[in-house]
Amino acid sequence: MIQIEDLTKTYVMGDETVTALDGVSLTIGRGESIAIIGPSGSGKSTLMNILGGLDRPSRGRYRFEGDEVARFSDDQLADFRNRRIGFVFQSFQLLPRLSALQNVALPMVYAGATPRARRERAAELLERVGLGSRMGHRPNQLSGGQQQRVAIARSLANQPDLLLADEPTGALDSATGIEVLGLFQKLNAEGLTVVLVTHDRGVADAARRRIAFRDGRVTEDVRS
Amino acid sequence: MSGASPAEIVRFAAGAIIAHPLRSGLTSLGVVIGVAAVVMMTSIGLGAQKRVTDTISGLGSNLIIVTPLQPRTAGGVMGGAGSGQSLSDADTEAIERQVEEAAAVAPAVTGMAQVTADGANWNTSIVGVTPEYLEARDLTVASGRMFDDRDARQGRKVAVLGPTVVTQLWGEADPIGKRIRIRGAPFEVIGVLGSKGQSSFGRDQDDLILSPLETVRSRIIGRRIKADSVQTIYVKAVSEGELGTVQEEIDAVLRTEHTIGPGEDDDFQTQNLASILEASRAAIGAFTVLLAAIAAVSLVVGGVGIMNIMLVAVTERTREIGLRMALGARRRDVLTQFALESVALSLVGGVIGLGIGLLGAAGIAAIADWPFALPVWAIPVALSFSSLVGLVFGAYPAWRAARLDPIEALRRE
Ligand SMILES: Nc1ncnc2c1ncn2[C@@H]1O[C@H](COP(=O)(O)OP(=O)(O)O)[C@@H](O)[C@H]1O
Ligand SMILES: [Mg+2]
Repeated sequence: MIQIEDLTKTYVMGDETVTALDGVSLTIGRGESIAIIGPSGSGKSTLMNILGGLDRPSRGRYRFEGDEVARFSDDQLADFRNRRIGFVFQSFQLLPRLSALQNVALPMVYAGATPRARRERAAELLERVGLGSRMGHRPNQLSGGQQQRVAIARSLANQPDLLLADEPTGALDSATGIEVLGLFQKLNAEGLTVVLVTHDRGVADAARRRIAFRDGRVTEDVRS
Repeated sequence: MSGASPAEIVRFAAGAIIAHPLRSGLTSLGVVIGVAAVVMMTSIGLGAQKRVTDTISGLGSNLIIVTPLQPRTAGGVMGGAGSGQSLSDADTEAIERQVEEAAAVAPAVTGMAQVTADGANWNTSIVGVTPEYLEARDLTVASGRMFDDRDARQGRKVAVLGPTVVTQLWGEADPIGKRIRIRGAPFEVIGVLGSKGQSSFGRDQDDLILSPLETVRSRIIGRRIKADSVQTIYVKAVSEGELGTVQEEIDAVLRTEHTIGPGEDDDFQTQNLASILEASRAAIGAFTVLLAAIAAVSLVVGGVGIMNIMLVAVTERTREIGLRMALGARRRDVLTQFALESVALSLVGGVIGLGIGLLGAAGIAAIADWPFALPVWAIPVALSFSSLVGLVFGAYPAWRAARLDPIEALRRE
């Protein structure tokens, strides 16, 4: 599904150049479950952002289902993020003014879905993540774990091909974190391709494929 | 590929406005004041224009007013013609004879005098005229009759009263046939004029007495003027189109009558009501535009206020913008959302300002006894103008929002 070749990302800060990704090549197949590990600053988030169409590589190729994503226009990238990718952030990133249901429906607004279709689909997704009784709640009326489940429901809104989660349990206590990770496993078991960044060695070991990063390079890529 | 529907973008914009009602209200305040000021100034200016138009038209339609004028050069002074007394019966006759497009030529002299009747007294203008005066000044006789040429020739002491004089002297009673004394001389009331009402500038157009020219000259004004002297000659042209011609002809006739040579200044002046009207309307119009322009400056200040708050909003909501982009909003969607937000703020301000402006203008009109005037088109113009202010001043903040980098924006706390 995904081929990346010699992917490089450099940031220029003043007269200093930071190489966040240094010639990364990977292939990701449909239905895979991948855990990305590595020390802080090793380039994990940079890779996730490029995979998710939020950022563009400085060099290298990124093919998604045959399309060269690096050459997409801004609008094409927006639609790519909207329809192909589900993104789950460490800090949930819910809009505080909107209810859980409205937050989940948000990506569907940008896909042009009708209000009725959005409501039905958002309600169904919230049921699926176990928040059927919290649909009208605002984020500040929900616990961290519940907020992250709303965010996961939102990431599924437009039936993405790829779910990207950058340290999704980083802001949660371990028990809640395990619940959330269980949700990712379930989604992967249902056929969704999942890439998640984690610090938890146990989680990484449990994933079917583990990729380790250091200084912008892949140091380990193992399947269990 | 279909993106977000416009209705949804409108809802996002409205949601953000409603989320901070106080702040949104204060942001709109500048536009409220600006639009209210423009509407009020325009309405006041148009009211003034209407009032002046009514006043000048009230003098009579298609009217030319001839008055004496002190010549500026000593060489032009004619023997015996004193200051302000250069018009005479001969002039009236010459105009009547020679100016064919004149529908009515009406000479007049005016003096103030005390009038007494049945124990009551009243100070009013006594206007000495010929019967043509009614036609020239668009006056009507409500009851009784106007004096005729025979009354005039015989120098009869008859009077046609303005309604105000009647009210002052007798209240409700019918005055026809009653006797009044003007400067002690007895007059018979033969008619009452139809009301022309209160004119602008507070003058009561119904407060006067008409009497034959000869009678007023000899009995009321007396020796202060020459026996054949006339203070004003009113000439009514047959149509508005003839006003210019009639005016030129009067000028020519009077210059001949007064033997004014080429290059010498006139000792009289002719004023065409249509041109007076046009000139004063133009002057008031220019003044209105000036007032409205000054008021419009406050609208611009209001726009700057909106721009300021929108820039703050873009900064505050950077994370929201980043998130929307991460979830698939195109730059255009973000641009539209923020531009609409500022247009909505400005438009709401415009609607409220329009309401306040209309109320204020109507209030001023009521207090100052001033006609309330505002054309219907002013409403859509005010509203589209306030939308435009929102668009112009919201464009830059919206553009800033749309240019944000989603990753940077998401990282912002
Ligand atoms: N916008 C940026 N500007 C400059 N340097 C950046 C930027 N984003 C990331 N970096 C640098 O790139 C490197 C990789 O960062 P990142 O991908 O966030 O690492 P990780 O997610 O593995 O902790 C780090 O050294 C970081 O400082
Ligand atoms: Mg990171």
